[in-house]
Amino acid sequence: MRRPQIRILMAVAAVAVLAGCSKSGGEAAAGATIKVGEFASLTGKEATFGVSSHEGTLLAVEELNAAGGVLGKKLELVYEDNRSTPGESLTIAKKLINNDKVIAILGEVASGRSLEVAPFAQSSRVPQISPSSTNPDVTKIGDYIFRVCFIDPFQGKLLAGFAKNTLKAQKVALFSDVAAPYSVGLGKFFKEAWLAGGGELVSEVKYTGGDKDFKAQLTVIKNAKPDAIMVPGYYTDVGLIVAQARQLGITVPMFGGDGWEAPELIQIAGAENLVNTYYSTHFSPSSTDPLAQKFVAAYKAKYSGKVPDAMAALGYDSVMVLADAIKRAGTTDEPKLRDAIAATKDFPGATGITTLDANRDASKSAVIITVKDGKFQYLETVAP
Amino acid sequence: MTELLQQLINGLALGAIYALIALGYTMVYGVLRFINFAHSDVFMVGAFAGYFLARAVPGGSALSGIAVLLGAMAICALLGVIIEKLAYRPLRGRSTLTVLITAIGVSLLLQNLGQRIFGANPRSFPSLFPVHQFHLGGVVISSAQILVFAVALVLLFALRHIVLHTRVGTAMRALSFNPVAASLVGINNDRIISFTFALGSALAAAGGILYASNYPSIDPLMGTLPGMKAFVAAVLGGIGNIAGAAFGGLALGLIETIVVAFGGSTYRDAVAFAVLILILLLRPEGLLGKRTAEKV
Repeated sequence: MRRPQIRILMAVAAVAVLAGCSKSGGEAAAGATIKVGEFASLTGKEATFGVSSHEGTLLAVEELNAAGGVLGKKLELVYEDNRSTPGESLTIAKKLINNDKVIAILGEVASGRSLEVAPFAQSSRVPQISPSSTNPDVTKIGDYIFRVCFIDPFQGKLLAGFAKNTLKAQKVALFSDVAAPYSVGLGKFFKEAWLAGGGELVSEVKYTGGDKDFKAQLTVIKNAKPDAIMVPGYYTDVGLIVAQARQLGITVPMFGGDGWEAPELIQIAGAENLVNTYYSTHFSPSSTDPLAQKFVAAYKAKYSGKVPDAMAALGYDSVMVLADAIKRAGTTDEPKLRDAIAATKDFPGATGITTLDANRDASKSAVIITVKDGKFQYLETVAP
Repeated sequence: MTELLQQLINGLALGAIYALIALGYTMVYGVLRFINFAHSDVFMVGAFAGYFLARAVPGGSALSGIAVLLGAMAICALLGVIIEKLAYRPLRGRSTLTVLITAIGVSLLLQNLGQRIFGANPRSFPSLFPVHQFHLGGVVISSAQILVFAVALVLLFALRHIVLHTRVGTAMRALSFNPVAASLVGINNDRIISFTFALGSALAAAGGILYASNYPSIDPLMGTLPGMKAFVAAVLGGIGNIAGAAFGGLALGLIETIVVAFGGSTYRDAVAFAVLILILLLRPEGLLGKRTAEKV
């Protein structure tokens, strides 16, 4: 062969080798199985969320299969990674529902990505259970969309109460991410509750998720002299925001919602910058509830001593709620399965008692976590 | 007043980083009349090189920081030479469009290789130099920002010295005037071009390390946006012009910060591209560039 042809052949071979698919897989068992789909952000900007919730989901599937499965059949989890990228989740959902023929789809943590898939799940009449999307719009898409966590009107209100009663703030600045429906929504609900409670909003500034430099906006906030700063964003951005705020000499408390929940938060911000910071979330591993303790022990056993976070616990509960509904329905056919999920009442899970209301949202307690000496610490519980 | 001063410092610090990256774009263009779109991804490789080198070198002191910086610059200089030899040299003499598309291809290759090798998750960049906040009146400057100014200035003058006062620099300038004539007077074009790429890539690596020192979250796609803004900065100042790159970088950093400070934070990226369109419409040779007439 002549040189250019060899080069072309080598190039094609290199491309073939590199063209692998993104992380995916299936937990298969021989014989008839119940296929459940999952889409999660296993890599990318919100990787921690996807990995945690996937680990919780996997633990639940294994536990159920070890106990004999559901309705005599083993659960088969078919999962794909959406790389925290918009657009991917819908492609994955189409594959899971059309090709793999899953009977239900689990996902996602980020409200934006749940919203991406929900219309398709609804029109395909496949129940979608989101483990931890908190924006209320997700379940408004249709009656086949469920969630096992609390929603942002509750979270916004509890954070407003926390700022007023515990942080003793009167003037707050709001710094939200315009690119994430979660952040916009939580910011809005916080603002409503805060103003209704008589508080003053001295500054309202925006950023775009993925930005690295926040000093300009933080300087504006600093100038408005707030008593506390609310940042309802995701951990990758929040880490940089808190670090830069502290570097600019802003010492007031900074707080946010469950988007902060990630061990990476401490790495990105630096433990020395995470002083006077708080966030609300769904679950604390130091909970004394026996079911929570059982979950924590099982999770640690499976994942080499790693301590589970809220996303893992909710991932676990999403599977357990689904399995319970399948048992009650006695089938995986629609609309019986959908009705059974909607009828979930007083179901005991790792994150507490789950009852789905008329909007298919769960009403659960929240916990407030703070960071001390580079470690997350439970502060208080807020009931609905 | 202090707010204005603080925003000024924020803008200049941001601008200094853009200036550093823009130097690489402008230099390669100045010598080769070619926009190296893979520059932003060499910037990314530089940041990752710094990340891994920092683990190998026991750190925290200024000396170890400089060692990591120089190490990353050396690695990227080598990368630049390899890219030039494999992707651009075989296309020497072809139309500029061909080489441009190849450059975009190299950029995509580096990004996706990065995602494959390093994973797509953002990583936390360690602090290479001791970090300190200086409070002057009501204004805060971080040592990382001062570092950017210092290193950018040093590299700017070093580059200027190389280009104006050394043999290699003279050869580079000769090449930019007329490649054929340059080879006729005994200049080894291939060597000089490799050197130009090595130099530009080293500057990209320095930019990557300083960027990561200020915004310590690195991922394989981190180069795209800063690279594009640095390109705009280079065009703004006058592409091919070293002083232009520095000026354009600072100007763009200030413009971006002012827009954000006035509440337009969602438009911060759009502003850079609006500037690009405006400058190409109104003064395409850049603010410090000279309009060259085509003599027929």
